[in-house]
Amino acid sequence: PKEDGRPKWDNKFQYILSCIGFAVGLGNVWRFPYLCQIHGGGAFLIPYFIALLFEGIPLLHLELALGQCLRKGSIGAWNTISPYLGGVGAGSWMVSVLVSLYYNTVLTWVMWYFINSFQEPLPWSVCPLNENRTGLNTECYESTAVNYFWYRKTLNITPDVTESGTLQWWLILCLAACWAIVYLCTIRGIETTGKAIYVTAIFPYLVLTVFLIQGLTLPGASDGLAYLFTPDLSTLKNPRVWLDAATQIFFSLSLGFGGLIAFSSYNPPKNDCEKDAVTVAIVNSMTSIYASIPVFSVLGFKATTGYWDCLDRNIISIINEFDLPEESIMRQNYTAWISFLNSSYPEKIAGLKLKSCDLQEFLDQSVSGTGLAFIIFTQAIILMPGSQAWAILFFIMLFSLGLSSMFGNIEGVFTPLLELQIISESIPKELLSGIICLICFLIALCFTLGSGSYWIDIFDRYAGSLPLLVIAFSEVVGVVYVYKIKRFSKDVKQMTGRKPNLYWQITWRFISPLLLLIVFVAFVTLQIQKSPSYAAWNPKYEGFPMKEEKVYPPWVLAICVLLAVLPCVFVPLVALFQLIKQMCRSKKPSCVPPEVFSCQGTN
Amino acid sequence: YAWDANEEYLFKAMMAFAMRKYSRKSTTQISNVLLCNMTDRVSFWFVVTDSSKNVTTVPGSEVEAAIRMNRHRINNAFLLSDKTLQFLKITSTLSPPVEPSTPVWLIVFGGVLCLVVAGIIFLVVTGIRRHKKKNKESTERENLEEKGEVTVTVENGIPCEALDLKAGHINGVFAADDERFTSL
Repeated sequence: PKEDGRPKWDNKFQYILSCIGFAVGLGNVWRFPYLCQIHGGGAFLIPYFIALLFEGIPLLHLELALGQCLRKGSIGAWNTISPYLGGVGAGSWMVSVLVSLYYNTVLTWVMWYFINSFQEPLPWSVCPLNENRTGLNTECYESTAVNYFWYRKTLNITPDVTESGTLQWWLILCLAACWAIVYLCTIRGIETTGKAIYVTAIFPYLVLTVFLIQGLTLPGASDGLAYLFTPDLSTLKNPRVWLDAATQIFFSLSLGFGGLIAFSSYNPPKNDCEKDAVTVAIVNSMTSIYASIPVFSVLGFKATTGYWDCLDRNIISIINEFDLPEESIMRQNYTAWISFLNSSYPEKIAGLKLKSCDLQEFLDQSVSGTGLAFIIFTQAIILMPGSQAWAILFFIMLFSLGLSSMFGNIEGVFTPLLELQIISESIPKELLSGIICLICFLIALCFTLGSGSYWIDIFDRYAGSLPLLVIAFSEVVGVVYVYKIKRFSKDVKQMTGRKPNLYWQITWRFISPLLLLIVFVAFVTLQIQKSPSYAAWNPKYEGFPMKEEKVYPPWVLAICVLLAVLPCVFVPLVALFQLIKQMCRSKKPSCVPPEVFSCQGTN
Repeated sequence: YAWDANEEYLFKAMMAFAMRKYSRKSTTQISNVLLCNMTDRVSFWFVVTDSSKNVTTVPGSEVEAAIRMNRHRINNAFLLSDKTLQFLKITSTLSPPVEPSTPVWLIVFGGVLCLVVAGIIFLVVTGIRRHKKKNKESTERENLEEKGEVTVTVENGIPCEALDLKAGHINGVFAADDERFTSL
């Protein structure tokens, strides 16, 4: 259904689901639980909710209100607010493009694991044999089968970021399939994503619930959960914790991409964007917490199984050494036996070289990001009964989570392009989205090289972090001080029916810009302090299977800086350009002042 | 099951069986297999003597080879596996993992891709059809207006559809008045 030529959401629920799907992504599953764990468990929730209240919700409301009022994508919207702020829209668009490129490659990995989950036994559970069949493949034997499958069979990773390696044909196939799926769902803009979002946004919650029930029944789950949630309030003294909370909230809500502006621009003007913003933000945070429960049950289960394996191996060697009858030493009386044997035969025990088994040590092995999903979780899935089903469910869930976020990214790219005059009206939407998907697919082929995952880390760290902070800061400052907060409050009142109350006024005017500035400065300082390095998987390294710490060569560093600076540089450049144009125009007497725009003018 | 003298007897029998199959002479008897140093762990040493060569022991390498050849049978006799029945110094050869002729993942991938491509084609075709219908409608409307062949009848300068035809022919004032007249 179209009104004044602009497509519309079928119903309000579709719109809310799309925003939630965009905000809820892979980070909710594999970054939030990790942060909770390393920053003192339940205590992390305090800085997290403070950041949500003073940074997340105000910025979200701002973006949604903006899109709804101006009814244009990010570039058009910012050009309308003020020609000097057009750079903010361009920066948003650039970031959406960069993130879409690498985000879909992560989904490619998920798809690869998904289609490999139909095998019995799971391919990451056994090591392949070496050439002469006398033993297991060395690389696999020294690390683990799961590591081998991830680094060798999936990524075929090179030992260094400068060695590009070859294109991995299996990844190219999966990448093509992923982009085909994205094209299928975004082919007509929100008309098709609106239908697809019902599945991709709701399905992950179902799977999370199933995993929750399964996870809680696993042995060792309670240890994992206790480890996660026991609050350690002393960590709050560390400013790093507050910084991580602020950045996590910010990136988790997908602010600054222009996707939210695009989504809300398809709304009818009289829509309560204030309630929408609060709803989306709270659902996003609740999902993070809800997702960390099954994640930590499974991690606790994995730690416990590792601990039991360690104990069992020690028990076997002791029984063999002392010729004791089978089942004389069990896990329960292991410590008693060890102390007894140590006192009576210390040399023999020392000669056995027993590994010390400590459950805490196993629980402490915390990983975030792809390591959590593709190494740790897959290892835990092998240990569960009926592993194929769990693997399939898990990877479909990850795929849906990532796909709904991709919709927002692509919408952030697609909607502004539709409004530019360069793209003529005669090009059908299907063709435009097809061209976008094809170009992105071709560029993303670089990520299927041997060194692809190193490059994705670079993109994630530099393109998907710093520019967003700059753009969000410019957004708040632009709306509050250039567009003027009084005008904006009037526009919001017209849309929602009530004037934004004191909370919004204070956060928009002072708290959010200040917070963003502090986060930005702290972020940059931290990045500059440590020289940028990365962990490489090198089978020839002495400390293998530990990863080798390497430093980026200068040309890679230049690319990192370029990625971080390119979207940001649009903001001052466009402002400068407009200023020069204005000065030239003011010299000519026959100039028409630019028309003053306001939300009330649309109706 | 518990390890007792009967199990020992079975073990001796299996060893004799292995030696017979390996060396293909049927001279090894159960009495040729000697066990010693039995522990509670159920671990022990054993030797195989050769009765034809004046009670000398068969070299270890031959025994090892015999056991390696018949490992599967020996394991099954005791309902054990390579992991639970361990012969020191005899490592088991590993069996390669089963590889199906077409990798399973390719089949699944093919299925997924077919579905997606079918969806895309369907949507593109419906899009093109919709586009054509819209174009046809708009060109029809344009043609009508251009040629002036407006098939709208006009009465007094007002198009007929705008008028309520009944209202023109039947005068509501008079029709309703029928009731005022008394019926004859």
